[in-house]
Amino acid sequence: MTAIALAAGALPAGTGTRMHVAEEFHAPGLGLFQWEPLFDIGPIGVTKPMVLAVFLSALLIMFFWVAFHRPQLVPRGVQNLGEVGYLFIRDDIARNIIGKRGDKYVPLLFSLFFFIWFFNLASVIPFAQFPVTSRFGYPAVLAAIVYVTWVGVGIRAHGLGGFFKAQIPSGLPKAIYPLVIPIEYASNMIVRPFTHAVRLFANMFAGHLLIALFAITAWHFIVEQPTVLGFGVGVVGVVMTAVMTAFELLIQALQAFIFTLLAASYIGGALEESH
Amino acid sequence: MSVLAQVTGSIGSVGYGLAAIGPGIGIGIVFGLGVQAIARQPEAYNLIFRNMILGFAFAEALALIGLVMPFVYGT
Repeated sequence: MTAIALAAGALPAGTGTRMHVAEEFHAPGLGLFQWEPLFDIGPIGVTKPMVLAVFLSALLIMFFWVAFHRPQLVPRGVQNLGEVGYLFIRDDIARNIIGKRGDKYVPLLFSLFFFIWFFNLASVIPFAQFPVTSRFGYPAVLAAIVYVTWVGVGIRAHGLGGFFKAQIPSGLPKAIYPLVIPIEYASNMIVRPFTHAVRLFANMFAGHLLIALFAITAWHFIVEQPTVLGFGVGVVGVVMTAVMTAFELLIQALQAFIFTLLAASYIGGALEESH
Repeated sequence: MSVLAQVTGSIGSVGYGLAAIGPGIGIGIVFGLGVQAIARQPEAYNLIFRNMILGFAFAEALALIGLVMPFVYGT
């Protein structure tokens, strides 16, 4: 475990485990997610996830700049692709969840969806092979942005008192309110941003761990310690690595979609007149 | 106090197994009823599917918190 942690910290994920010639099989652990700084900028040690985040952001900005910098009435080439993405966010998320007023929030939702999707996709891109969102800092900041947005939107729409009143469902028997009020505030104000971030983080974390587990299984039983009995296990590892990678592609898109959908539903809920 | 009985090994895995029971049932209900609703009213597919995904996300969060906790409080 510590050997993997050290090796994986110094080298890219793929080669890190290769350095680890073990007598017995060791499952991958938290070491996969701990990176030594590649280089320093002032007091900040720049790690691989940070480099990936900057690189992927630049790639994303470049892509949509190419798509939309000279928009044509009849779209051609890359603009078609960009418009499909834009229409998906506007029609399927913003207008469906928030309604016509949601058009104002399309830029936020659009950026959220594509940044998260690209960050997740890094998990299966060769040589990158690390989902940036499996470091908790990235989803935490994104969830914080959404939190500040929907609270701000709610306060602007209803005023400070109206916003806090709108969190509580009205029309219940009076005796239930002492129970309902703390539960509603705890779930909306504290648990909601936490689960919003953890949902994305834990999905990417678990997915990366799962792929690494099967890949290391294959490597260990076919190359490192080949035995007649173990070979079958290694083949299962190879097959499952491919299957899990395909499954991860689905989960990555789905989690980006869910994060954006929830952001839209929080904003929509804050805009509503009352519950 | 003397130790009468002790459980050793990967207790976090046992904890995660327990934590996954509730969300497992919840996700099953969400998708089961979602598919039923789509079968009854196929033209409302988009609306039902979106709400299905929302319900799935809420139920799934509990299992994921269970997944993370052994790493947070592990030795």
